[in-house]
Amino acid sequence: MGDYPSRSVNATAGDLAATSSRGQGAGYGASPSNHNEPPLGGGGALPKKSRFSIETGFRALSTASGAMVLVIIVAIAVFLIYKALPALQANTGHFLTQFEWNPNDATPSFGIAAIAFGTVLSSIIALLVAVPVALSIALFLSHYAPKRLATPLGFVIDLLAAVPSVVFGLWGRDVLQSPVRDFSLWLNEYFGWIPLFGGNGPFGQSILLGGLVLAIMVLPIITSLSREVFQQTPGMNEEAALALGATRWEMIRTAVLPYGKPGVIAAVMLGLGRALGETIALAMTLSIKFDISFNLIENGGNSVAANIANAFGEANETGRGALIASGLVLFTITLVVNMTARAIIYRRREFRDNAA
Amino acid sequence: MKLQRSGLVAGIALTATIALTACGSDNEPTPAANGGSSAAAGDCVSGSLTAQGSSAQKNAMDEWIKGYQAKCGSAGAKVDYQGTASGAGIQAFIDGTADFAGSDSALKEEEQPKADAKCVGGKALNLPMVIGPIGVVYNVQGVDGLQLSPSTLAKIFSLKITKWDDPAIKAENPSATLPSANIETVHRADESGTSDNFTKYLSKAAEADWTYGNAKAWKAPGGTAVSKSDGIATKVKNTANTISYVEMSFAENLSLQTAKIKNGAGEYAELNGTNAGKTFENATIKGKDGDLALSIDYNTKTPGAYPIVLVTYEIACSKGSAKAKEVQAFLKYTSSTDGQKALEKVGYAPLPETLRTQVEKSVASIA
Repeated sequence: MGDYPSRSVNATAGDLAATSSRGQGAGYGASPSNHNEPPLGGGGALPKKSRFSIETGFRALSTASGAMVLVIIVAIAVFLIYKALPALQANTGHFLTQFEWNPNDATPSFGIAAIAFGTVLSSIIALLVAVPVALSIALFLSHYAPKRLATPLGFVIDLLAAVPSVVFGLWGRDVLQSPVRDFSLWLNEYFGWIPLFGGNGPFGQSILLGGLVLAIMVLPIITSLSREVFQQTPGMNEEAALALGATRWEMIRTAVLPYGKPGVIAAVMLGLGRALGETIALAMTLSIKFDISFNLIENGGNSVAANIANAFGEANETGRGALIASGLVLFTITLVVNMTARAIIYRRREFRDNAA
Repeated sequence: MKLQRSGLVAGIALTATIALTACGSDNEPTPAANGGSSAAAGDCVSGSLTAQGSSAQKNAMDEWIKGYQAKCGSAGAKVDYQGTASGAGIQAFIDGTADFAGSDSALKEEEQPKADAKCVGGKALNLPMVIGPIGVVYNVQGVDGLQLSPSTLAKIFSLKITKWDDPAIKAENPSATLPSANIETVHRADESGTSDNFTKYLSKAAEADWTYGNAKAWKAPGGTAVSKSDGIATKVKNTANTISYVEMSFAENLSLQTAKIKNGAGEYAELNGTNAGKTFENATIKGKDGDLALSIDYNTKTPGAYPIVLVTYEIACSKGSAKAKEVQAFLKYTSSTDGQKALEKVGYAPLPETLRTQVEKSVASIA
């Protein structure tokens, strides 16, 4: 909040500088070509309309880029379907309900339910853990921390996003596993009556471990995006709240959070996207099992991407097709998540604009 | 003048070829060609080789490539081996992107004709090259030298025995103080040749107790799944009361406890390269005409034999490969006594001498 005015001043200064240099550039550019006549006014001559100007060129370029995205998405979908169909036809089990993955057998039999469930469950755990922490960090950085602390701390958080996922996987497997196992044993002893924490072991290499590792991986994305959003809260709104006698927390609650809501939702959805697609960290921390279980602490869990990583190397033709089919399902899940996020943001924005 | 001379040389070559082809059956030219090529292959052949396949033999290959490059690198020999996976290696061989392939199992019936098609006038040979003992590793406080019979092992991994102080384990380890803890069995999460060979052993040596057959994917229910060999080794190292199976080198690297396994002679054999080699001493060769696909006798009665082993093959053309000379020179090195000896320090077992000489003979026949 302290740094907001200074940022805006900088931005304005930058704009001014850019504008003035552009004006000058145009003026100079016009003068040598019309050497005999003096340049018309300070604004410079209007660019001549030619068939292949930079204008049309740039327009074509950006249109092509926009179209390219659609073409790529459609091409991916077509490729996935084309490769998956033969395997799906060879499947002797039901693709949606079979709880096993044996596409390389003479009688291939595989189903998506267990791994799709594992993907969603591990991502939900990751978000439940990461979102509150990430939002707290973001608010601390944007509204509580002194600027001298906020800047380096922001850097450190962003640095976390640059760590390769295999490192998180190794860390989860070799370091985090044993504290999670101890915690799971404790949960099982005192809260074993809740089905989530039931079972009789072994514990540790569970969906909880996978979810926690994922949480740390999505933390930087949610944090840095939310921080940006919170920093853009109009200074006037904040000052108005403070002037009305709000404490700092009340100001955040009434001015910052409502303003930032769509941005935060978008940040969470981006984090969810990463969690859903995470491959190697989950392949290393989950104990791959093909069943649907809400037990969080017993060894088990699975995910679509982790299953692809585990099975791709030794898969035969049908096996590869089956894995691609599972990729198609992941593609669909991600698409649905993104569309939901869009819908939420769209509705929120309308609501806010009407209220304002 | 010059033209005339080259015409003369061509003429002589043509006549010689016709004469050689004409005289006698198919077998005749082969020894003649052998004589020529083996003289050359004794040393180095310049040229680069691309190969891929089994990751189980990746460490062996790296060691060999180091040794071969040291010997022949100056002569322009270069070998590149990627440890992708057996299936991927065979596919690359069939597609012609690999000069030879490494595989955890001999070519299957449906793969053989496709691979043979790459070898004009010859066929694809399975050459056993690397013996990898598979260790049964465990982590139980205060229990050294655990002794297990195949049937107990099968019962543990199929979760019929769930406690370390089960009477069946006690009977085989009368002097050990076994804890009354649950056994946590650990298996590979990814598909691997190690799982395939381990379950093949269980299904052959403990038929009655192991009903899940053998496959690269783990089929038995329950247990903890961990990805990759180093994952298995770390898991067992860090977690009490676990038991698993892993290649010997990984067990040695983390100094894990390994179980002694009861062989067909009724002895509990310790895990080491020599004992693993003994299992191959009277392995039967299924292939013919230089093809050395093996059938391992998991119930071998050879004294001291350690029966849980995997063998990985190099798959190469007997004839008709564009890089026959290069392949031959490299495989000649890997099947030599020096080459096999180099394996011991990276956790594999050398081929027993009888088998090694047969491999060497097959390699010499490559043309």
